[in-house]
Amino acid sequence: MAGLAKSFGSGAMTNSIDEIEGADAIFVTGSNTTEAHPVIAYRVKKAKQNGSKLIVADPRKIDLVKYADLWLQQKPGTDIALLNGLMHVIIRDDLLDKKYIQKRTENFEAVEDIMEKYDPEHVAEITGVPAEDIVKAAHMYGEAERASILYAMGITQHTSGTDNVLSIACLAMLTGNVGKENAGVNPLRGQNNVQGACDLGALPNVYPGYQAVDDEEVNKKFSEAWGVELSDEVGLTVTEIFDGIEEDEVKALYVMGENPVLSDPDSNHIREALEQVEFLVVQDIFMSDTAEYADVVLPAASFAEKDGTFTNSERKVQKLDQVIEPIGESKSDWEILMELANRLGHDWDYSSASEIMDEIARVSPIYGGISYERIEEEGLQWPCPDYDHPGTKYLHKGEFSRGLGQFNPAEYIPPAEKPDEDYPYVLTTGRRLFHFHTRTMSGNSPGLEEQYSEELMEISLADAQRMEIEDGDRVLVSSRRGEVESKVTVTDRVPEGLVFMSFHFAESAANVLTNPALDPVAKIPEYKVCAVNIEKS
Amino acid sequence: MATNEENIPSYQDLDFYKSQRRLALANCGFIDPESIEDYIASDGYQALSKVLTEMKPQEVIDEVKESGLRGRGGGGFPTGMKWQFAYDASGDKKYIICNADEGDPGAFMDRGLLEGDPHSILEGMIIGGYAIGADEGYIYIRAEYPLAIKRLEKAITAAEEKGLLGEDIFGSGFNFKLQIKAGAGAFVCGEETGLMASIEGERGMPTPRPPFPANKGLWDKPSNINNVETFANIPIIIREGAASFKELGTEDSSGTKVFALTGMIENTGLAEVEMGTTMREIIFGIGGGIQDDKEFKAVQIGGPSGGCLPDEKLDLPIDYDSLIEAGAMMGSGGLVVMDENSCMVDVARFFLNFVQSESCGKCTPCREGTRRMLEILNRITQGEGEEEDLELLRTLAESVKKLSLCGLGKTAPNPVLSTLRYFEDEYEAHIKNDECPGGVCQNLLPGYIIDYEKCIGCTYCIDACPIDVVDGRLEEIHEINEEDCNACGACEPECPVDAIIQKNYIEHFPQYRHLLEEDEEEVEA
Amino acid sequence: MKLTINGEKLEATEGQTILEVAQENGIDIPNLCYSPELKPEGACRMCVVDIEGVADPVTACTTEVSAGMVVETETPSLKKMRKVLVELMLANHDVECLTCDKAGDCKLQDYAYRYSVKKVRFEGEKTEFKGIKDDNPFFIRDNRKCILCYKCVNLCKQVQGEASINLENRGFDTRVTTAFDLPLEEINCQFCGLCVNECPTGALMEKSALRKARNWELKKGSTICPYCGVGCELELNIDENDQIVKVTTNSDNVNRGQTCVKGKFGLDFVNSEERLTKPLIKEEGRFREASWEEALDKVADNFGRIRDEFGGDATAALSSAKCTNEENYLMQKFMRAVMGTNSVDHCARL
Repeated sequence: MAGLAKSFGSGAMTNSIDEIEGADAIFVTGSNTTEAHPVIAYRVKKAKQNGSKLIVADPRKIDLVKYADLWLQQKPGTDIALLNGLMHVIIRDDLLDKKYIQKRTENFEAVEDIMEKYDPEHVAEITGVPAEDIVKAAHMYGEAERASILYAMGITQHTSGTDNVLSIACLAMLTGNVGKENAGVNPLRGQNNVQGACDLGALPNVYPGYQAVDDEEVNKKFSEAWGVELSDEVGLTVTEIFDGIEEDEVKALYVMGENPVLSDPDSNHIREALEQVEFLVVQDIFMSDTAEYADVVLPAASFAEKDGTFTNSERKVQKLDQVIEPIGESKSDWEILMELANRLGHDWDYSSASEIMDEIARVSPIYGGISYERIEEEGLQWPCPDYDHPGTKYLHKGEFSRGLGQFNPAEYIPPAEKPDEDYPYVLTTGRRLFHFHTRTMSGNSPGLEEQYSEELMEISLADAQRMEIEDGDRVLVSSRRGEVESKVTVTDRVPEGLVFMSFHFAESAANVLTNPALDPVAKIPEYKVCAVNIEKS
Repeated sequence: MATNEENIPSYQDLDFYKSQRRLALANCGFIDPESIEDYIASDGYQALSKVLTEMKPQEVIDEVKESGLRGRGGGGFPTGMKWQFAYDASGDKKYIICNADEGDPGAFMDRGLLEGDPHSILEGMIIGGYAIGADEGYIYIRAEYPLAIKRLEKAITAAEEKGLLGEDIFGSGFNFKLQIKAGAGAFVCGEETGLMASIEGERGMPTPRPPFPANKGLWDKPSNINNVETFANIPIIIREGAASFKELGTEDSSGTKVFALTGMIENTGLAEVEMGTTMREIIFGIGGGIQDDKEFKAVQIGGPSGGCLPDEKLDLPIDYDSLIEAGAMMGSGGLVVMDENSCMVDVARFFLNFVQSESCGKCTPCREGTRRMLEILNRITQGEGEEEDLELLRTLAESVKKLSLCGLGKTAPNPVLSTLRYFEDEYEAHIKNDECPGGVCQNLLPGYIIDYEKCIGCTYCIDACPIDVVDGRLEEIHEINEEDCNACGACEPECPVDAIIQKNYIEHFPQYRHLLEEDEEEVEA
Repeated sequence: MKLTINGEKLEATEGQTILEVAQENGIDIPNLCYSPELKPEGACRMCVVDIEGVADPVTACTTEVSAGMVVETETPSLKKMRKVLVELMLANHDVECLTCDKAGDCKLQDYAYRYSVKKVRFEGEKTEFKGIKDDNPFFIRDNRKCILCYKCVNLCKQVQGEASINLENRGFDTRVTTAFDLPLEEINCQFCGLCVNECPTGALMEKSALRKARNWELKKGSTICPYCGVGCELELNIDENDQIVKVTTNSDNVNRGQTCVKGKFGLDFVNSEERLTKPLIKEEGRFREASWEEALDKVADNFGRIRDEFGGDATAALSSAKCTNEENYLMQKFMRAVMGTNSVDHCARL
């Protein structure tokens, strides 16, 4: 989300989920919406029935392609080239919103400079998308009164992830589509409370409400609020933490409700780090692959067993109620943390989740107006600075959070790893409808398990025929980092040369293969492109 | 050999043709329907030429409005007004559709026109397309009319070859193309919205209105649907002028109407008469009266969802409004004449059975209600009716009529309601007296018995009985098992000594008194 | 514009239907086939109302309001007609309310009560069906209880976009089924549960809820789905043993009464036998159960020791995108204020 923060001043979905239905054109890129966000996909389909145009950019023939007016089947990792191609046409054919650019943005010159050379023919060569489709898509998007962009991990999980997002922001600003109802730039959040975890400062560089840890004022404010001296040094990111363990700089690790063994790239490296770390505590609702490495495992209460709030993709803070008693002796995470803090010499005295929210409101201006009382019936969308504020349906109305919207165009750089003789296929990863993340939850739901109980790697007919592989055969997939076995499904969803795996299954753990190469700014690993070899096993 | 002209009357002098006024049917039987030249030679396509070269679309619509033409498909909605709605609807693409899904049992008006004069329909449609701003038309025709389809196809090809269909017709810049869509035999596809759903490849199910087809019709574009006969009248109105058309017929129903005369009538066939002609004129004049000099009982008008009118309505001048008033409707113009040997309950059952099995199944009242009504009618005609059944039937009929989604359902109870209105005594005879006055309902026909005083034990009746309900041996007295006898009457004529008598006679004739007494004794025992 | 419904003067905007205006104003017009998410179908006819000056009743779901309209929704004649409709539906319905799992949450039952249907006057033949379809792990399909409101068909087509189910036959023999009657698992069904959520009768029911409890015995609690980032508001239906029996949803939230397979059918993990129920401490490579006291002490001792010995930056935490805002807040506060490091992150990027 670093990209959007840089361009607009805020890194969240600019508009609301319901607004998708009112768009005149929708550009979906790097989002397998029907499987990863089915309910948002309903809105897209409804928009389509309402007469909206739908452009889908994806190397795979995902289900949404069925509904699309135009499908741009790009090669993996060529997003910037494609986006630049669209911008080239929009500038060339004068589909710009000049008034908007002049009044509300800065650094437009940089766009003109860079886009010059991304003519459709050139972009077609890089992306594999026919030049005429690039022109068509640019017109479809550029001519729409209200155009909405939806994207997800297919955009961010690249070494160029931040640049991808910056380019998307450019495209939207060129056409005046930010700060407008039913339009915007809308990153779809993968997990139910990623937005909240970020908002509440579960990030090494910011306090709750995106207040920088290395800002003196902010540091002072939080030191005072919490009554302790606080570090002003930016902390380590997930990947840096594991590197830190290897280098023996990090000695104790607390994992709350995560399963990095399956979710993080280069699993073998993670396993080694977990073996090595001096003290590991894992707090979860199930015995996960990560918990197996723990010194202490703490049983946590699930979402159904506690009060609290989640913040969804559209910045809406919503309340969940405790519906059942905690299972066994499990406790809610906040109670556990409080007990630990108090054991370590602090005096935390929260009697309910609601009290914690009141503290959040005091220290985090974007949550300033949130209270349990207010969101009992319906949630509120941040920014919501005070208790009278009605919440914000769409961001950047009239003015960007950072003042002027900033164009930060980027040059296309190929993915970190390209197929070669040893690893001739490109592997891209993602999710399946019936499962979620590392299957901690969905794997314990018998119905979902029955529907999809093992990985079926997608491979094209041409590749399968060449290797004499049939539906249901087992193959050995290897990369520079490791190898896994998987069953295959032969399908036209992937083009020749590309294979797709989900990262749900420990038995066919895609992340043994993936490349931990990071985006230099957002530190997001390149899950979406790595080179692999495939053999029949 | 010389002919004696006086002995062979001209066809115009025949009773059947004498009082007809053939406008729409004018060419039928006189021109070769497969020859566009024949049609042109009979003033064909002159109206189109006039429209495209001299008239603006609004002028065409005004002319049609002026003529007072009302939809010939049943509803009787003013055609000009319908066109105006479609014309006023905004949209760059519009459609004009001809409803040739003639599904009424015994109706063949559209078929006659399509087979006899296909070009007149085409011409009417092209004019309509020009008027409302449509450049594409569909003819939705039932697949059971292969000859009509063939002739329409020929006509379209011929018109295209002559430049009367296609691009830039008559150099006017007006483009129009026509397609035929053969229906798959569902009656409900004759309903406008069901018909359009069917063209779209969807299940043939009506949709609620609004939106009206004029605004959101085929493929959600403004569309106008008219019936075959309506289109056939258009060239005449344009050619001869609205005023001369309006001179025909009545104040509110101008022009002529084609009827399909069927049933127990001397002359059957298509009859086109001026609106306002009485039913008596059509049935006894043109139709030549009831066959075999039997008594007239009722005429069913308006197709399966029309109504049955009794002899006191024979002098009703036929127009849209008077028929509705009388509990029937114009429908597409089917006239089924029934004589004294008809059972009106059975007639209602017959038509209800038809609409019931043609219900699309979408709305509750039509889907479920018509089935329950049919069940009640079945009960009554089988002699199992209860007195409450009439009340139930009325309740259901009113509900189905008021609550149904489309025209099919709304009119489905008409045969029941009209027979209840005019022939309630027949229902009561079935229920209270176990009698079918028309002598139609098998279960209610009085069975036969054998006069034991006459029977000679010849076994002829035993051999004749198709369901083996006569017991007895040679030279012993035979007996009919009364419970099982279905009154088919096969045995009666076989008896050499006239010993077989229908049960209802015995109480009327003293010579059978002994049979009656025995009957009563049995009951007492 | 202004109009009058049941004598009440109401405000409405152009393009609204009578039903929408009534619902906005708390006037309950019966309906079975209506859903705000669908084009009006006008099939069940339950929402018929009288409009002054219009001869026959019209369906409120399809009729748009106009200025000055005077509407009545519960006149004696309308009540009578609705009663007939309910009777017609019941006459072709497998009436087994005594044991039906939908009882208490069944619109047909509610309307039968509302219009005092004591005895169905039109008993007769029932449409023939082959019995209950049990072809997937999530829900059953019982055509004998289907009243053909077509909501399932329309939701599948208009919202889900898949059109996995459609109608077969016509008239009295109409029924909802899949192409060629194939099992749902063999066709494009996404098991989103949209159809199950909106089925007004017991024709579509969650398998997990069968023979568990009467609807009025279930406790309902509102929650937010723990899966993806849409934030669907869901209702957990809980039996007396704290088991999630089924998941339902309301219409006034971000998901507008809609679900996907995970939210609708995938929350049973909560009651899984595999849940962690006691703290575990590893000794010699094996876990043993421990008391909270012991486990927390051990964690606090180790984190305290390492902090004191190597500084706060020798500790780190992964917070969670699955935990609540409050818990994330406390986790970062714990690391920053208690451990003295900013090394707290979570898998936002993954």
